Amino acid sequence: MSELAAPVPAARRRRPLLRFAARRVAAAIATLFVVSILVFAGTEVLPGDAASAVLGKTATPDQLAEMQHLMGLDRPAPTRYLDWLGGLLTGDLGNSASGFAQGGTTPIWGQIKGKIGNSLTLAAITTLLMIPLSLLFGVLAAVHAGRPVDHAVSIASVAIISLPEFIIGSLLILLFFAWLDVLPPVSLIPPGDSPLGHSKALVLPVLTLLGASLAASIRMVRAGMIEALRTDYVQMARLNGFRERVVVWRYALRNALAPSVQVFAQNVQYLVGGIVVTEYLFNYPGLGKELVDAVAIRDVREVQSVAILVAAVYIGLNILADLLVVLLVPKLRTQE
Amino acid sequence: MTERLRFARTRTGAVGLALLLLVVGIALFGPFFAPNAPDAPIGIPLTGPAGDAPLGTDFLGRDVLSRVLWGGRSVLGLAGLATLLAYVGGATVGLVAGHARSLLDPVLMRGADVLLSFPALLFLLVLVTGVGASKATLVIGVAVVQAPLVARIVRAATLEQSVRGFVEAAVARGERASAILRREILPNIAAPIAADAPLRFTYSIILVASVNFLGLGLQPPAADWALIISENRSGFVLNPWVIFVPAALIALLTISANLVGDSIARTLGVSVGGRGRT
Repeated sequence: MSELAAPVPAARRRRPLLRFAARRVAAAIATLFVVSILVFAGTEVLPGDAASAVLGKTATPDQLAEMQHLMGLDRPAPTRYLDWLGGLLTGDLGNSASGFAQGGTTPIWGQIKGKIGNSLTLAAITTLLMIPLSLLFGVLAAVHAGRPVDHAVSIASVAIISLPEFIIGSLLILLFFAWLDVLPPVSLIPPGDSPLGHSKALVLPVLTLLGASLAASIRMVRAGMIEALRTDYVQMARLNGFRERVVVWRYALRNALAPSVQVFAQNVQYLVGGIVVTEYLFNYPGLGKELVDAVAIRDVREVQSVAILVAAVYIGLNILADLLVVLLVPKLRTQE
Repeated sequence: MTERLRFARTRTGAVGLALLLLVVGIALFGPFFAPNAPDAPIGIPLTGPAGDAPLGTDFLGRDVLSRVLWGGRSVLGLAGLATLLAYVGGATVGLVAGHARSLLDPVLMRGADVLLSFPALLFLLVLVTGVGASKATLVIGVAVVQAPLVARIVRAATLEQSVRGFVEAAVARGERASAILRREILPNIAAPIAADAPLRFTYSIILVASVNFLGLGLQPPAADWALIISENRSGFVLNPWVIFVPAALIALLTISANLVGDSIARTLGVSVGGRGRT
């Protein structure tokens, strides 16, 4: 902020950012609301009865009616939706169908709370490795643009970016388990244990997720850096006699960082889908594996509640990324 | 060589196209060369390569080579169909939204935004829970996930064209909106659509294969590359080929399709957007 500019009250100076954040949060809540209707409609209004999924095909009509009453399925759909939504807002995710199948009620929250932590651990480690590595390789490729190092990095990332996570994971298992026999193909982590205590079991799942997200980030960092290296201020810094290392890391990278933040956030979002597949492949006891199992036995309420949780995280990450970018690029702060 | 095939003269384009044709060839014509029936047991489960089974046997003692030769058609067919459906739906929405300067545009595009605010794989899992796992669920689900991305690209291109002189002339002549969209606008937005198509196809393959791998798409005893990997996951050590060969074929397919897309985009000089992961 220039000294010569007209004095602006501190409160008004801060307001654009706050207003921006408030608008984004409001939009996110509206989106989540629409998503909740879609999730509910997608799982319950379309054909496919949750009660018969619990009881199996051999159930008598009487048993079916009783189970439908027990699960609250005999009430009209709008009532059931509001019931579910009200529960979500007060922190009650409902009861799982596998509980009903055993003749009791099992709260979904109790079933998933340990697994949320396991999934977050996986995501956090991957993100912490992804950001520095993608900056390193992205800058390396950009500085050597058009030369062998760049070609190697670029070709490797185009190849890896095209692969589904389960292919990357399967190839890693073949290499590190079937061939070299140094890492386990299954993440055996007992309930209640922290995954951090089983570091060997974490290596392959993290590498799988890293492969997919790293390749995409490297490409974007490289593109941003190449653009930044062409600018006048970089030329100016060079002409002023700064060493190339200073020019690259202090001048160019700082300016290439802002667009990269959005890419990082996007890749953390991609992790959401990737984690589901990766956890299933390695039998990793996380939320993604839990979700696939719930879908396989058509546990409608659990799928609904986990889907909303995941969607909330996904949309939340999006807002966080936008705010970070606005914080990093002062120009955007004053724009409406 | 025509303008349209110029991408094949670049190095990545040529390599990508050759690999793509190879894998597509294996997928389409493989069944004619399969030595055994894909679902008939021929020996002891999970044995390594032997004389009559060059790639060994799977967890039920079936011939891996024959199952792999049969297993590409479903990958290509389901992903191709889903991509086609996504284009028909997405392009229609994009054309209408881009040309109509009315309430229709924001309504359609907000709908696309809502769909994109949800991870693609999560959408497919919710859908499978509601209507059950089947080929139709898979194809329609993947098409719905992709359609908003197609719609965005087509809408942006349409907006650009619909202010051009020849479109305004057609409007002034009093032609119907559907005729203007089909005759004036569609031929002029072919380039960005062509550049985007291979990437959409790659993404369809990734999604279809991932859902099949999770066991929530095609059901056994179907021979499908992703399903073969999934159902033999315990046989990594006994017969690595049963995992490696289908995994390598899926990898070659997605990599080559992506390379072709990349080089088409480059030679046409358009930038392509959209997400590429599950």
